This record gives sequence, C-alpha cells and structure tokens, in this order.
Amino acid sequence: MSATTDTRVLTAPRYRLPAASSWTLTIAVVVALLALLPLGFVLWAAFATGWDTAVQLIFRERVGDLMVDTILLVLLTIPICTLLSVTLAWLTERTDLPGARLWSWLCVAPLAVPAFVHSYAWVGFWPGIHGLGAGVAISVVAYFPFLYLPVSAAFRMLDPALEDQAASLGLAPFAVFRRVVLPQLRLAICGGTLLIGLHLLAEYGLYAMIRFDTFTTAIIDQFQSTYNGVAAYMLALVLVLCCFVLLGVEAGLRGSRRYARLGSGVARRTRVARLGRWKYPLLILPLVTAAFSLGIPALTLGHWLVAGGAAIWRMDEIGLALGQTLVICLIGGFATTAAAVPIAWLSVRRANRSSRFLEGCYYLASSMPGVVVALALVTVTVRVLLPFYQTLATIVLAYVIMFLPRALVSLRASIAQVPVELEQAAASLGRSPGNALWSTTVRLAAPGAAAGVALSSLGIMNELTATQMLAPNGTRTLAMAFWALSSEIDYAGAAPYAVLMVLFSLPLTWLLHHQSKKIAGR
Amino acid sequence: MTFLKLNSLRKHYGAVAALDGVDLSVAPGSRSAIVGPSGCGKTTLLRLIAGFDVPEAGTILLDGEVVADAQGQVPAHLRNIGIVAQDGCLFPHLTVADNIGFGLKTSREAKQARAAELMEMVGLDNAMLSRKPDQLSGGQQQRVALARALARKPRLMLLDEPFSALDTGLRAATRKSVADVLSAAGITTILVTHDQQEALAFADQLAVMRAGRFAQVGAPRDVYARPVDAATAAFLGEAIVLPATVKAGQAQSPLGLLPVDERDFEGQASILLRPEQISVDRAEGLKANGTVGEVAFGGSTCDTRVTLDGAGAFSFRLDIPNRDMLLKGDRIAISVSGKAHVFR
Repeated sequence: MSATTDTRVLTAPRYRLPAASSWTLTIAVVVALLALLPLGFVLWAAFATGWDTAVQLIFRERVGDLMVDTILLVLLTIPICTLLSVTLAWLTERTDLPGARLWSWLCVAPLAVPAFVHSYAWVGFWPGIHGLGAGVAISVVAYFPFLYLPVSAAFRMLDPALEDQAASLGLAPFAVFRRVVLPQLRLAICGGTLLIGLHLLAEYGLYAMIRFDTFTTAIIDQFQSTYNGVAAYMLALVLVLCCFVLLGVEAGLRGSRRYARLGSGVARRTRVARLGRWKYPLLILPLVTAAFSLGIPALTLGHWLVAGGAAIWRMDEIGLALGQTLVICLIGGFATTAAAVPIAWLSVRRANRSSRFLEGCYYLASSMPGVVVALALVTVTVRVLLPFYQTLATIVLAYVIMFLPRALVSLRASIAQVPVELEQAAASLGRSPGNALWSTTVRLAAPGAAAGVALSSLGIMNELTATQMLAPNGTRTLAMAFWALSSEIDYAGAAPYAVLMVLFSLPLTWLLHHQSKKIAGR
Repeated sequence: MTFLKLNSLRKHYGAVAALDGVDLSVAPGSRSAIVGPSGCGKTTLLRLIAGFDVPEAGTILLDGEVVADAQGQVPAHLRNIGIVAQDGCLFPHLTVADNIGFGLKTSREAKQARAAELMEMVGLDNAMLSRKPDQLSGGQQQRVALARALARKPRLMLLDEPFSALDTGLRAATRKSVADVLSAAGITTILVTHDQQEALAFADQLAVMRAGRFAQVGAPRDVYARPVDAATAAFLGEAIVLPATVKAGQAQSPLGLLPVDERDFEGQASILLRPEQISVDRAEGLKANGTVGEVAFGGSTCDTRVTLDGAGAFSFRLDIPNRDMLLKGDRIAISVSGKAHVFR
C-alpha cells in the first residue's frame, strides 16, 4: 500500500456486528448448503422412490451379498491395519530398531501410490488374484499409513513420566503398555480407523481391478450399464447408511472427552526400549511391510517400463493428460482452499456452537463417498441445471465437497497462529474490517493456505471415481488415462501415468510426514 | 539402623556428570530432604532410587537388599517404591478412583473401598472419586497422586518437588498434611526440592546437593547453624560472612569480639552469623557501630544495608522490623547474640 492518507469524516456508519463477520458467515453457510447437496439428494431419492419400490430394491440377494462383502472387508482390514500400524509405530518411535527414521519414512511412503495403482501392481505380480482375500491384503498395504501417521505422532506426544509412574505402581512393562500407553493412543486409533473405513467404502479402482464387488463398484456398474438411476440411488442410500454407522461407531468409541495433558512441566524425552536380541528378528516386520507396500508397486512399474521401452512414452497423449490434470488440480485446489477460508476464519475467531456445527457439516459432507457425490451432481445437473452437466464448474464443486477438510485443517492451524491483535491493530489504523483481515491474517496465513492448496490438489490428482462420472467430455486426466489403459489390459501403456501420479504425490507424503512431526513439536 | 543406603552413585548425561559420587544413609521411618539448586542432579538421584534410570557406578541398598549396582538392577515395578511427581502425573484417561486403584491387584470393590479410605486420609471428599483429573485443582491433584502412591503401602516414598506447582498459601498447608499422612503411615520418605524453607520444615535429615555431590548431610538445625562452607550457608538462608581472627573460643571481627562454636581452633578464618542473631540500636554503643545505607520498604520489614565503621567499610543487609524504621544515614549500634560459626 502506498501512503494512504485516510481522512474519513468521524461520522462513520455504525454496525452491530463487524461487517466482515456477517459476510463470512453468509458465505460459509452457502458453501455448507452446497456441500450437503449429495446427502440431501440421497434423502430425496429415498423419499421419491417410495416405500414399496425401495424395499424391493434394497432387500434383495444382490444387496445382501454386497453387504456381507463390505462388512467382511471392513471387519478384516481395520484390525489388521491397527495391529500393523501400532506395532510399526512403536518399533519406529520407541525402540532402538536399526534405521528407525528410514522405516518411519517408508511407512508413510505408500500414500504416494494411489490405491488403484497398488491394485494394478498386485495384479501385475499375481495375475489371477481376486476376491475378498486380495481386497483385504491390498487395502492393508494401501491404507495402513492413515493409521501409522496419527499413531506415531501420538507416541511422540505421550508423557513418559506417566509410564514411569505406572512402573512405580508395580506394573510390568507389558501391563504399562496395555493400561497406560494404549488408552492414550485411542483417539489417534479412532481417527485413523475412521479414515480407513471411509476409504474402504468409497474406493472404486482398487476393487474393480481385482473383481471384488463393493457398494461403490456396484453403483458405478449400475450407473454405466443402465443409467436408470433408481437402483443405483438405493445402493447409494445403503452406502451412505454404512458411512453413518462408521461415523457413529467412531464417535461412540472416541467418547466426548479429550485427554488433556495435566501439569505444566516440560515432557522428558521418551526413553527408548532396548530390543536386545530381538533387534534383528523384528526388522522383518517393517521389511515385509515395505516389500509389499512399496516393493511390489516399484517392481511392477519397473517391469512394465522396461518391457514397454520407449514406445509407451507417447508424449503427445501423456503431455495432454498431464496438462489437463494440472489445470484441473490447480483450479480445484484453489477453489477448495478459497471455499474453506470463511469457515476456517470463523472456527478460529468466532468459535461458538454454531461455527462448530457448521464445521461439522463440512466434515460430514466430505465423508460421503465420491460415487455418491458424483451421482448426486449428475442427477441434479441433468434434471434441473442441464447447462452445468459435465462442466468444469460441476466437477470443481465435487472436489470442493470431497476435499474441503484437507484445506480446512491447514488453514485453521495457520490462522490460529496469527494473533487477533494484528487484525485489531490494522482496524485501529483505519482499515475496513475486510481490508484488515486481508492485510493481516490472510497474508500471514498464506503458508497454511499453500499447504491447503497442495493437499487438496494432490487429492484431486489421484481421484478417479467422481472424475470419471463428472469430467467434461474429452477430458482425460492421468488417473482416467491410467484406468482406461489398464482396463484394456494395456499394463505397459498405463505404467507411465502411474509413475507420474506417484512422482507428483511424493511431496504430499513428505508434507504429511513433516506435519505429523511438527504437531509433536519436533 | 539404615533402611536405604546409597554408595558412591555416579551417572553422566553426555559430558555432564549429573551424579558424581553420592553417598546417603536413610533411617527407617524417617523423613529426608534433598535440597539444591535446579540442575544439581537431585531429580536424577530420585530416578535412580525409583528404578527409572540405571546408575553407571555405585550401589543402592533398600532394606538390606541390593536393588541396583554395576551388575544389574531390580526393575521399577518390582521395587515397591512410591513416587509423587512435580505435577502429580495422574493418568488423564482414568477417573480419580481408577487412578488411586491403579496399582492394586484386588477386586474392583476392594479397590473402590481402598480408594475411599485413602481419599479420607489425604483429606479429599469422596464425591471426587468419579471425576477426571483435569476437573481437579492443582492441590487436589497432588493429594490424589499421594493417595495413589500410598495405596500399595510402599516401602519408601519419593516426593519430587510435589509442592512447587502450588501457590504459596496452599503449599504450606499441603506440605503439612502430606507430612502428617506419611508420619501416620510410618513410611520412610525422601523429598527433593529447590526450596530450602520447605526442606528445613519437612525433614529429619537434610542433604544439601551441589553439582552432583552432597555438600553436607545432617539434621536441619545443624546444617543451618553449622554449614560446611559459605555457599551452603548462603543456599539455606541469608548469611553474613565476616573475616576474623579466632583464638580460645573467641573471634576478633569487624563486629568486635564474638564467641564462636570452636574451642580449639586458632588462626585466621571466616565466621558466619545469621541475620536473626543481630540486633541494632539507634544510640551508638561501645562495641560496634555503623551507618544505615539504602533502605527498601518491604511491608512488615525493611531491607536495610548496614555499613560498619572502621577499615574495610564492611557492609551487609538486614531485614529490620518496620517499627524500628531507620533512615539512610542514621547511626546505629550493632550487637550479636549467640555464637558465630567458624568455617574451617
């Protein structure tokens, strides 16, 4: 700003609320309503279908089979992921395991590989692989980092004095772990398992590749074959109910209470457990995990890249896909972050019951599977707003709904670090509320906003389900091209696309690992 | 009779010696206090006794049994030593009742009954049993931590600055009640603190620690009145150290001829007076006279600097009761009661 000699008269208009606040609230409410559109759609569909038809479509053998498969998938994958992640987190954070830092990175790195690329790699390795067993195995290697990240962060934040205290009260080391450490990991475990559960319900590519049917794959099959929605709507309804069950179970297990760290003393650095003669035998666990979660994708991709040679690098097609992907990712990422700004600001600066409720709406909306979001937007645009059908605007809205919490988390954290006094100082120097907000908080929260754009863009890059259903005609993102080629069994041709997605996702993995360290203050 | 015996314990953190040869004997049922400035190694010592850390050299004997030496150590959970930490260290995920019953291996009902009994012992209301620790005040948390440590009837109780997080008024009251509870239970106790008043008030045996060693161990009154050196003297309270020539139980000092606590010593030495041994009078007297310097008003007393007449212009500070209100430049006579202590 150049020298602003603000000589406004003193009879300024009077507001009851700061103008910035009321505007922000309005925008936040509108965005929330848009985000809840898919949920509203499912309810509308259930209502419009009518009781008899709904019962007929829901209570049939096909739905029963899907239900059994989905429940088995969730009930098998989540305990295995939990056991694996807690053990790995303990090994890397609390023991003298050789190369613990390296293993810690390798436990997060599988996130850089999109779930459907994991599946593609396993199919390339064992061509006949299919069914529930395969689904569980691939889901574990693709999703366990969602639990490893929060659990290892929680391990770092535990107060070791509590463990000493428990030992002085006569508890043997294993009892200390069970009665003091595990209960304090509960929040991290709950959050991580919920995230994995929602991914299991929402994922399409992973399961379609190994011919394992879940509600999501069934909805897409239905959508692609008949286009007549009612059956698909009813499957979506059941899927949404499954999500609600997961959310409810998680909320119940988590309880309403957070574990405050009592006292003010600085936490002593945690002591490291000596593994002794178990040191090398226990290396097998991270080694095997890395072999399956990173080795198999690396080997398969490497194999196809070598086998395909230069012929598979059709630069015109790849370049086009890459360009389109980057444009969609950036637009989507910026839109998502911009949509998150009002609620992020409200939840920090005007934290009250209604802003918390509003925030909850965003999280609820984003926990809806991509297929439901896409189905809702397709139906609404076709029926009501045809000009918007398969346009950039619609697909960006889908991304906003699905990825807003990613941007929200980063933005909130960095806005909370900007003291409100700066805004007040700007106001006292004659800036209007909006201007004061822009020139202080928004400027200083820029790193958080950048992280928000990055996190949501990279989510968009690897998104397949909704992108396939909503993308404007002629669009071919990396994920779509990969999927099309591998569906035609052109595994070699698909490999370059997978490699590009992995390369672009690596910084995301670094960012997540870095953030989890920062949370723990290291 | 010795209940706990420490023999030349050593422990390093990197190049820094946290403990540099510590010896201590603790009598059964007694209360010992280890006092020293922060960073002197007192918490490390407590962690070694509790079994949280391993000494590099030396032995720890508890009730005649070796619990740690260079060969190995009994792990913390098999020692039955209770510890109350600075911030109480309650388990945040458990209720007060579950915290107290944590170390008991009895039935649920028996745990509840024991918890209720201990709550009464530490002076807390039983209605608090169902609360979570973060719903209690700092003082209440400390009492619960004490109850939890008492629940297993430990052989030895370690208190690691348990009162330092409390505000001044609460501190003395909590200290008194904790001391009473421990005495009633007859448990040998070691208190670690950087607050010399707390240590003096609490202990039967006082150990002054400095840079990883005990500078002096003894009864609080003895250590206060007859410290081994000027630094120990200053750590335990305001000290006036004067140069003197000692002969035949008398010291010639800037304050005149004073009786000392050494009959046989003869020669040049420093002698110690505590401020409470000194009284001042407005009229000039025969023995030692001086001039009042800066006076800082401090409520009931005034922090007053006094400069003695004569060569060297020796000066020290005194807390003078407000009723004697002295002003800068006043002439005063200084008299000493009791004996001065000679540093040999």
